[in-house]
Amino acid sequence: MGEDCEGTIHRVYEYLDGELTVWRRRAITRHLDECPPCAEGFTFEIELRRVIVSKCHEEVPAELRDRIAKALQIDT
Amino acid sequence: MADQARFAEEAMPYMSALYAAALRMTRNPTDAEDLVQETYLRAYRGFGGFREGTNLKAWLYKILTNTFINQYRAKKRRPDQVDLDDVEDFYIYRRLGGLEAADAARTAEAEVLEGIPDAEVKEALESIPEQFRMAVILADVEGFSYKEIADILDVPIGTVMSRIHRGRRALQKKLWDYAEQNNLRPRVETASGG
Repeated sequence: MGEDCEGTIHRVYEYLDGELTVWRRRAITRHLDECPPCAEGFTFEIELRRVIVSKCHEEVPAELRDRIAKALQIDT
Repeated sequence: MADQARFAEEAMPYMSALYAAALRMTRNPTDAEDLVQETYLRAYRGFGGFREGTNLKAWLYKILTNTFINQYRAKKRRPDQVDLDDVEDFYIYRRLGGLEAADAARTAEAEVLEGIPDAEVKEALESIPEQFRMAVILADVEGFSYKEIADILDVPIGTVMSRIHRGRRALQKKLWDYAEQNNLRPRVETASGG
């Protein structure tokens, strides 16, 4: 069974999250192969997520790392 | 004590990820530090009951989220209301003219995203309602599966999916609002009638 644009876009997150059944996944992959606008939309969503993850990175303050290491030893 | 050494060795590498999640949850560095420390202490105390072979990272996140919900959020019982009726899938991509003009502005689209400063992306993520935000952090930033998130948050998988979905739409709306207000949107030749 094929998938149309609406059905494909509706399942973008489940597809990208790897949460679809093999069959549904295949139907969407087939649609993406034939539909450049949908395929680019999916690429855009992947890029968006990558940007969000890379921009939300944090360094643990060294002082916190020390504090926890110390606390764990004291706690025995 | 052998358990202690093993706990430190296995759990400490997750500190950066837990700290980033704690910051997004508490929206405050001091609270985030306390939350991470409390998480490690609780995890350490409970490590004896942790079943070998199960997911240590997911287990640590469960402690983190439970601690957050019980301690830092005690004041607020009412779930957040958010109106997302006008926010559809592909929200930003549609506004960039993506579906109408395939590949016309590919580079420009990526530039819009890269042009949003780190602090604004964090702010956008922190601004979305808490229950959606936690689901989005666990899925997008930490890469947990729906099943793992359902276990961590102790809600059904259907609820996880709906929270992730709504959270992502809310996040896209925030990011787009920022991009528009700061003129980050790429020049599109064709006027869209939407």
